[in-house]
Amino acid sequence: MGTATLEKNDSAGPVDSAENSATHLITVVLRIRRFNPEVAEESSWQDFTLKIDAKERVLDALHQIKWEQDGTLTFRRSCAHGICGSDAMRINGRNRLACKTLLKDINPEKPITVEPIKGLAVLKDLVVDMEPFFQAYRDVMPFLVTSGNEPTRERLQSAADRERFDDTTKCILCAACTSSCPVFWNDGQYFGPAAIVGAHRFIFDSRDEAGEQRLEILNDRDGVWRCRTTFNCTDACPRGIEVTKAIQEVKRALITRRF
Amino acid sequence: MSTETAKTGDAAQDAAPAVSDVSLYDVDNPAPVIEPPRARTARTPKATRTNFELYGWLFMRLSGIVLVVLVITHLLIQLVLDDGVSKIGFAFVAGRWASPFWQVWDLVMLWLAMLHGANGLRTIINDYAERDNTRFWLKMLLYTATVFTVLLGTLVIFTFDPNIR
Repeated sequence: MGTATLEKNDSAGPVDSAENSATHLITVVLRIRRFNPEVAEESSWQDFTLKIDAKERVLDALHQIKWEQDGTLTFRRSCAHGICGSDAMRINGRNRLACKTLLKDINPEKPITVEPIKGLAVLKDLVVDMEPFFQAYRDVMPFLVTSGNEPTRERLQSAADRERFDDTTKCILCAACTSSCPVFWNDGQYFGPAAIVGAHRFIFDSRDEAGEQRLEILNDRDGVWRCRTTFNCTDACPRGIEVTKAIQEVKRALITRRF
Repeated sequence: MSTETAKTGDAAQDAAPAVSDVSLYDVDNPAPVIEPPRARTARTPKATRTNFELYGWLFMRLSGIVLVVLVITHLLIQLVLDDGVSKIGFAFVAGRWASPFWQVWDLVMLWLAMLHGANGLRTIINDYAERDNTRFWLKMLLYTATVFTVLLGTLVIFTFDPNIR
């Protein structure tokens, strides 16, 4: 692109900023998996062609389609900055957050496929029913459980104790990990990586007292033992959490508790 | 003004219990009611309270380690050392099973390999069979084959007669 601008300067003199901004727009094809239960039983692919800056994100492209081409395109997004975890979707066959994926990083020369995350029922277009996912999360009791009187000040903890579960505090519940897990795809009964990460965050918290209970819950037939360590979850996590490692740590805790 | 507000508040409170069954919202809960944790749906199966999966997982790791030694040594003796596979015959087997050491070796190898393989297939069936019926019958077939092979192998090892005609 640098050379293109240089050539233009050589031939036609200085370029004004408006023309300059127009030249770096590229043509991108977004191939989106559409589903509308009121129109058709089956979902189908639809291509959208748009001109957009390659440094924009997939979410910006989706917005441009929704605002300028087809207002019926349905997807979740809230903060649009990788914190709320609303816009996890399957982009070019990989689970990612649309708001953290730049078009230039996923080869915009070919059509970019955008699908809803797998393993959860699609409600419309890219929106899935997250209830089974949240149910599994609720099942591991993702809240502080203590006994006795509340301390008058905060519950103190050493830096090392805090570090123990630091990685799993980063989860934003976007479901990218759980919906990338082939065991979860089968019958959806497996707790899933996200729920285990949520449990890990409290099991290894020195202030919490219900670690035993959570371990017992994850000792279930559909608990941690269904993990096949395929590392799909670790690859998919947009927050870089070492999800498989967390699951293995829960397994180890179960084993060492027993023996 | 203040009395009026209080009145409407009372009226709303009286009405609240009747409404709360129908709607997620009422005067006391202007936001959607969050269901209590661990409220399971009718479709979720009962939670298991056994350590079966834990022991199964541990067994796979431990038997795997033992099997590496057992199987590699077995293959070395049977296929590589002393002329390799050409030496194997009735006499060779009879000679080895004359010693209790090799009887126990083969017995342990048989049991560990069969249970290791069966448990591995069990998890694969659990992961891949989609319908409960398919899952059940595949597992029944697996368990039958496993029990048959283990029992038959054990019977042969213990009742092997080198003088059979």
